[in-house]
Amino acid sequence: MSKRSNKSFWIAFCIVLVALIIAPLVLPEFWRRFLTEILIWGLLAMSSDLLIGYTGMVSFGHSAFFGLGMYGAAAALLTVKPANLWLAILYGLCGSAVVAGFVAFFATRLRDIYFAITTLIFSQIFYVVIFTWTEVTGGENGLNFTRPQLGIPGIYTVPFTPEMLHWFVLAVVTASYLILRRITQSPFGMVLQSIRENEARTRAIGYPVERYKIVAVMLSGLFAGLAGVLYAVQNRFAAPDFVYFVVSGEAVIYNVMGGIGTLVGPIVGAGFFLGLRELSSRIFGDQFPYLIPVGVIFIAMVIFLPQGLLGFARRWLNR
Amino acid sequence: MSAPPTAAGALVAVEDLHTFYGKSHVLHGVSLSVGRGEVVGLLGRNGVGKSTTLKSIMGLLDPSRGKVLLEGQAITGLPAHKVARLGIAYVPEDRRIFKLLTVMENLRTGLDRQGVTEARKQELLDKLFAYFPRLAERRSQAGGTLSGGEQQMLAIARAMMLEPKIILLDEPTEGLMPRMVSQIKEIVEVLHRDGVAILLVEQNVPLTLEACQRVYFMEKGVVRHHALASELKVDDPVIHQYLGV
Amino acid sequence: MFTMGDAIGSGWAWLAAHGDIIIIQTVNGIVTGMILALIASGLTLIFGIMDVVNFAHGELFMLGAYVGVVVLATSGSFWLALVMSTLVVALIGAALQIITLRPLIGRDPLNTILATFGISLVLQNYALWQFGPVPRKLDEPITGQFVLFYLAYPWYRLLIALLSGAIIGGLYLFLKHGTYGIWIRATTQDRVMAQAMGIPVPWVYTGVFAIGAGMAAASGVLFGPLIGINHAMGLDWVLKAFIVVVVGGMGNLGGSIAASIFVSLLEAYAAIVVSPAQAVIVSFVVLILTLLFRPTGLFVPTPK
Repeated sequence: MSKRSNKSFWIAFCIVLVALIIAPLVLPEFWRRFLTEILIWGLLAMSSDLLIGYTGMVSFGHSAFFGLGMYGAAAALLTVKPANLWLAILYGLCGSAVVAGFVAFFATRLRDIYFAITTLIFSQIFYVVIFTWTEVTGGENGLNFTRPQLGIPGIYTVPFTPEMLHWFVLAVVTASYLILRRITQSPFGMVLQSIRENEARTRAIGYPVERYKIVAVMLSGLFAGLAGVLYAVQNRFAAPDFVYFVVSGEAVIYNVMGGIGTLVGPIVGAGFFLGLRELSSRIFGDQFPYLIPVGVIFIAMVIFLPQGLLGFARRWLNR
Repeated sequence: MSAPPTAAGALVAVEDLHTFYGKSHVLHGVSLSVGRGEVVGLLGRNGVGKSTTLKSIMGLLDPSRGKVLLEGQAITGLPAHKVARLGIAYVPEDRRIFKLLTVMENLRTGLDRQGVTEARKQELLDKLFAYFPRLAERRSQAGGTLSGGEQQMLAIARAMMLEPKIILLDEPTEGLMPRMVSQIKEIVEVLHRDGVAILLVEQNVPLTLEACQRVYFMEKGVVRHHALASELKVDDPVIHQYLGV
Repeated sequence: MFTMGDAIGSGWAWLAAHGDIIIIQTVNGIVTGMILALIASGLTLIFGIMDVVNFAHGELFMLGAYVGVVVLATSGSFWLALVMSTLVVALIGAALQIITLRPLIGRDPLNTILATFGISLVLQNYALWQFGPVPRKLDEPITGQFVLFYLAYPWYRLLIALLSGAIIGGLYLFLKHGTYGIWIRATTQDRVMAQAMGIPVPWVYTGVFAIGAGMAAASGVLFGPLIGINHAMGLDWVLKAFIVVVVGGMGNLGGSIAASIFVSLLEAYAAIVVSPAQAVIVSFVVLILTLLFRPTGLFVPTPK
């Protein structure tokens, strides 16, 4: 990347970051929460982008990673008292790591379509398990728990205010973004992209493609699980609905709408999608099936704007 | 060397054709023509773009520049199935018969067309089986069980079922025994007698000189030389220039 | 001391005592399997011939059921509902293929997965909007039962199995004989040469998609009376269908039919000991085992 575009990227990044920091101070609570949710779903979509955009593997398994992150956090918050934020994160990451390992083991040896279908089915496996194992997971009703406090339990903690929650989420998402960005620009990331471009050739050169794919799935799963933990902390409940494969589909939609292979794109896509939903329910009322026009827009984007909004903006700016 | 005929009045004409195969620029402005009922040869070393020319005519590859004309009408960029229906048939280099379909079903892919009565279909089949008794014997067998020579017969027979105005033949004698090679020559002669034009891509020089009236020579993606077959001998220096090692 | 003989002995005793449930579940398994086979055949046909993973297949099934409800309500004839639904949804399928999938031919397969996913979203929400969240009912054409052990078993269920079999058989005959069957098989084997032979490949694809859609719709109408018809009914079935298609060998028609019956039978037997909601895990386990040991498909000979 040229020096000039690198600098303009960081300038833009800082501007956006500052805007997001100020946001909870000026926005009403509803929109503050809305923004936080965009960040969380954006993180989920970003984790999925690592697979779709950089490694070329479409996964519908992210709802499982997300859900297990959520339930993992729930487990920590319900079993260990006092409620420990860091433990919740740890449990959540472990939960999603286990799922990711499972999926990685079975599915990475399959190509494209078979991989996509298999990840979808795995999501459903976890959905059914969570849905029916009522004693442990609360089944259909999910689990409710209290929000942990920020800080180190036993030494100093302070309860989350809405602003602090937003900033915490922002910090986690920003850190995740920076880490993922570092990863995709590293030699490891380059190999992933080479796998996406031409897997056979990458293998022929001598790279252990399966191992790279497994690591990619694990990383992707970890960040998706992190998003799940954030969601649990924000909303204080965990429900099986989030493990249903449709959630994975939504992550993929945000990806496509924002622009795959950009990391930032998915967050933009999440914002666009959720914004459209909000807009439509304001203009047309709650009963209006906003997903119909949104779905049509999505299909049109797949056909005409495969690079997503960001790709479109990039081309437009380069004119 | 004889000047090639003008494109006007030709059955099939190709003008300044540029075609890419992926990223590589294979054809750099090919121009040639085939008249009604003519048998025209296209000679050249491997990789000069002979097959690419045929594929561009057939609509299997989209030229980036230039024109393909059928009876004066531009057909450049038309999809292959439309080109086939307009009267151009293609027999590819590796035969590519439908291996899992029977011989009869292979023939039917060409035979089952709009506007052809059952009687006419039977007529065509009878005539075909008279020329290819081996195919008649094997009509219910899967294409993949045929020998190499038989598959080549089938590929040509299949194209003939389209009742085309011109057949694009890509190296029909490659890998065949001498007996089969002369059979191929006979088929070309039969087609010629029936008024079907042929654009023959070949490496087998004697066959080409015997079967064709005119010959084009290609090199590096362009047509460099044209001659009447009658003007050429097998050991002509021109032949060595364009085909020799 | 508990020996192997004891184990087998008590096993047989259990079977003998529960023989009736087992036979009932066998029949149930076959009935469900035939419906699943009908759905899966359409899916595998579309994948095998067009290389398209049709995520909207469950919604075509759902749409078929709803069209059936409407036609039945207006005409009173179940059979008319079946025929009309098949035709209408086949046409809708053709239209969808032409509008959304043709532009994507030749592009990365990811695009068709996304596009069909988008279609499923639109169709689901359309159905929710038009028909509301309350499940509809579709009345079976023949009531009446026969006695199967202690159960009064509905004749209609057997009829479903027979009709599904007939439709699948019809599909097989269509593919084996006739010009269009040849066109489809030629296109599957060698798309390029099929085009060179004058076969209008884009229309073959549209036709195949329409057939697949029609079959899904027919399953929706046939299965309708057994379950409530609502906008989300496609989701569970498309999942089962995908599992079955992978287990049977993607693109393998005979395989997906065999797999449908196999998986449905296993699930029916499992439902004897666990709840139906948990019995679905059986299909997941079969999938995992298949992926581990015979990833090209359980009923497909492993490629050498």
